[in-house]
Order: sequence, then C-alpha cells, then structure tokens
Amino acid sequence: MTTATTYAESSPATTTYVEPARRVTLNGWAVIVVFLPPALLLFTVFVALPMAEAAWYSFYNWNGFGRPEKFIGLKNYGYLIGNATFTRSLINNGLIIAVSLLIQLPLALAVALMVAGRITGAAWFRMIFFLPYVLADVAAGLIWHFMFDGDYGLAGAITTAFSMPPYFLLADKNWAFSAVLIVIVWKYFGFHMMLYIAGLQGIDRSLLEAAEMDGASAWQRFWHITLPLLGPMIRLSVFFSVVGALQLFDIIVPLTGGGPFETTNTMVSYLYYFGITRMRVGFGSAVGVVLFCICVTFAFGYRRIFMRND
Amino acid sequence: MTDAAADTFEISGRRVRGLASIMIFATLLVLAGAILYPVLATALNGFKDLSELRTNPLGLPHVWAWSNYWDILTGYRYWQVLGNSLLIALLTVALTLALSSMAAFTFAHLRFFGDKFLLSYLQLGLLFPAATAILPLFIKVRDLGLLDSYWGVVLPQVAFSLAISVLLLRNAFRQLPEELLDAAMMDGCGYFRYFFYITLPLSGPILSTVAVISFVGSWNGYLLPLVILNSESKYPWTLGLMAYQGQYMTAWQLVLAFITLTILPAILMFLFAQRYIVSGLTAGAVKA
Repeated sequence: MTTATTYAESSPATTTYVEPARRVTLNGWAVIVVFLPPALLLFTVFVALPMAEAAWYSFYNWNGFGRPEKFIGLKNYGYLIGNATFTRSLINNGLIIAVSLLIQLPLALAVALMVAGRITGAAWFRMIFFLPYVLADVAAGLIWHFMFDGDYGLAGAITTAFSMPPYFLLADKNWAFSAVLIVIVWKYFGFHMMLYIAGLQGIDRSLLEAAEMDGASAWQRFWHITLPLLGPMIRLSVFFSVVGALQLFDIIVPLTGGGPFETTNTMVSYLYYFGITRMRVGFGSAVGVVLFCICVTFAFGYRRIFMRND
Repeated sequence: MTDAAADTFEISGRRVRGLASIMIFATLLVLAGAILYPVLATALNGFKDLSELRTNPLGLPHVWAWSNYWDILTGYRYWQVLGNSLLIALLTVALTLALSSMAAFTFAHLRFFGDKFLLSYLQLGLLFPAATAILPLFIKVRDLGLLDSYWGVVLPQVAFSLAISVLLLRNAFRQLPEELLDAAMMDGCGYFRYFFYITLPLSGPILSTVAVISFVGSWNGYLLPLVILNSESKYPWTLGLMAYQGQYMTAWQLVLAFITLTILPAILMFLFAQRYIVSGLTAGAVKA
C-alpha cells in the first residue's frame, strides 16, 4: 500500500491562512520563474496529459502504432459492460473493500488497543506487525504463492499431516481469490494498526481516568470515549483501505496471475492482462478511465460526506 | 472486541495486570507468529534442497544447503537487480526532493496570479493512481525515446510523487515563523538564499518523510518498470525476482532463497531506521 500514500486528505482551499500582504518583488518573480516550472512540466507531461489522453484514446481502436484513427465511439466501454471477466474484476475489488473494512480494520483496531497498553514487548509486537507493510507486494505475493503450494508449502504440509490428497488453493476457481484476501490482510493490517496507535496516543488520558472514577466499565470507556475520539483516524483508515483496494495489482501477478479461469483479476490487473500485454491501447485506456471515474467519485464523495469536519 | 482488550488501553502508566494481561500477551504472541511465519519459512526453506522441501516444508533444514544462497550471492544477477533498484530509487528521491521543495517553497511564500489554481492542479495527482493512465503513459515515454531506460521509470515516478510531496512540504514550510522571513528580507537576504540557508536546514524531519515515502514507493515499485523496461540488465529487483521465478519455477528452494535475499535490504533498513520509516509512512499519510 505504499502507493496509497499518494492520496491526501486536505484540499489547500480549506486551510485557513492569513495572506501575507507582502508584494511580490523582482526577486520573488525570479523564484516563481525558476522554482515552479520544473515540477509543473514534469507533472503535466507524465500525469495530467496521459490522463487526458486516456480519455481520448478510449474512443479509438488503436494498437499504439501510428496515430489513433479508427474512431469507434463508445464501443470500448460497451464491451466492458457485459464482459464477465471485467464484471468479476469489479466484484473482486468490492470483495477486497469488504474484507478490508469488515475484517482488517477491526483486527487492526483490536491489535492497536492491545499494543498501545504497557504490555511486555509492545514495541516488538508493533514492529513485527508493521513488517509485512514494508515488503514489496511482489515479494509478499510470491512468498504466499509458496505457502499455498499444494506440493511444497504450508498447504502441502497440512494435507500431508491429515493424509489427504494435495490441495491447490490457487488453482481452485471458487476459492482462489480468498488467497488474495488473506495476503492483503496479512500485509496491510499493520499499517492501519499504526494509524490507530497514532490516534490512541492523541487521546487525553484524563478523560478515561475521569470516566473510570465515575464507574464506567472498560467496555463503556471504549465505546463512549475511545471509539468516538478515534473517529477521524478510522475515517482516514477506511479511505486508505478503499483507495488501496481499488488500485491493487502487484499482489495478483505473483500469486495467481489473474487465474484460474480469470477469476482473480482486479480492475488494474484486468487492465494489464487485457490492455497492456495485448497492446490494445484504446481498450486499456477505457478501463483506465472507468477506474479513474470510480476513484475520483469515491474521493470526492467520501470527503464531502465523511471527512467534512476532520 | 473483549473487555480485556479495551482494558489494555489504560495508558495511564499502569500495567495491565493479572489474567487479562496474560491473555492479551498470548493473543499477540500467536498473531506475531502467524505474521512472521511466512517470512521465516521462506528464509529457512531457502536452505533446503528440493526433495527435503517436499518432505519437510515446516521444520528446520536437516541438511543446510548453503549453496542455494551462496550461488546467488556470488552471481552478478542479484547484485545487478539491487544496483538497478538503488539507482532508480536514489534518482527518484533526489529529483522528488529537489522539485517538490522548490515548488512547495514558491507556493508557501509567494502570492501571484493563478497560484491557487496551479496548486490545485498539482493536487489532482492525489485523486487517481498511476495505473489509470499507464497505457498513455507508456506511449508518452515511448514517444520521448525513454523506453527501456532508467529515466523512463524515474521521471514518471517523480511526477506521481509530486502531489503528495508538494502538499506535505508546503504545509511544513508555512509553519516556519513568518518573522524569520521578514528578518531575513530586512537584512537583504533574497528568497533563494533564504530557501537554501533557512528553509531547507530547518525542515529536516519533513524532508526525510518525503524521502522515505518516495524511496519505499520506488524500491517496491512494480507496474511502472514492468511496462517501461525490456532488457533484463536494467530490471529492478521486483522485476528481477519475477524473472528469476519464471526461470526456476520448479526449483522452489532457489526462488525462496532469491526472495529472502532480495527482501533482506528492506528488512535491514526497516530494523535500523524503524523510527523514520514508520513515522514517514504513517505520519506522511496522516498529515497530508
């Protein structure tokens, strides 16, 4: 989820700041002319233009060579609507979001509460839980590919122990995607745990002490004080989970490669396997545009509805 | 969520006592084992030979096959992919720091026509992942003649990290006392000297946050180099690992040894610079 840090919360327009009344001097203009263009140029060439071009290319049937000339209107998008593999990818992205919110976040919060107390070895536990997050997704995917291997890995050891025939989870078209979900929880819950620990450290202890003095039980203190005060951090953690889920790709390739029977693709891996590797630039761009729309709608909608006051 | 779990969050300086603390400790221990097991198993199984891997996938190796690791460490392939990754990551970090601190400084201190618009424009990069525009990006890199070159990976990586970096740095630069700038200006110090001698030296923590974010992102990056690079001699370790796996698919013990050695730098970095990495990756996310 290292890429998820590219998402941010506050828009500059909302920060209150008293404008300095200073006039921009000649020296100031020199700064503007020297300091600003490199960043703007790079951003325009490699971020803004490609996104705009994706919208343009998506109306063409184009293999990337010459100029895009075969205008086909909305056909690329139309193809996506009834496409079973793409629908499956969308569902998979939804599953990742569901597991992130329903399993990963409660787990991260529970563990954060446990290691935020002065339990023996708390620092060590924190470090261990965060460790998978710093490993590359590709390496994590490959490590787990081995774990799930029916001949050699953990899966193989378990079936052997019960003298059952070897079971290949990654080749089971009904359950292979659950392997992806396991790896995601394994890799990312430590990041969310750290967010919650940071949030817990910001809570005023005297509130909890006062509540205890007044006879509030541990559960009541958690439910009525800790949880509400963690609100901003929980909303942030939900935001990162969804954004991370939408762009998940690196884990898929080493783990399943989208298979078996194209049942484990995400939107980005669908874009990769059906757009990039086949050089269907127009079609791949259309997938990109759909993903873009989902991301932007989510980011704006979520901020407007849930993060207004944070 | 149990009462016991909630109880630990009495961070009022008291230890959690008795049965509750033992249960929590035990839970954490089991969880830590589950988290660490895949990594440890990978490292240990890299020491086995294939037949032992089949019969004994869980325990310590009976016969330590050091040669699995030794052959990788003495071959040039491993060092080449690490070197490529390091080069790409360092170039990315250096360029990101330079470009984003310059832009952030401008946005922090100068008001000019269109400044708000330009800042919002850069912030657009926060809204969507690089993957959405990867095909047009590939075309763009190709048309610029940068395909299969380090710069073809570095420049887009920098471009995509600008949005978050500029935001973090601008907010930090603004928190430096305004009087400092006034005093410096009064003494005839121009913006440029102020930037190099005051702003940058006073912004160590936030600069290191930005450096950590862009370094880790680049070091672990996969999709962009996958699309841009063709020749194996330029592969970063993520691509090198997949290529190695493709080649030795049936020899898991070698793949596991290769995984272990390629994730080792990240683990070592994490152990030695834990504070910076954790705060960089989480505080960066929170502050933005």
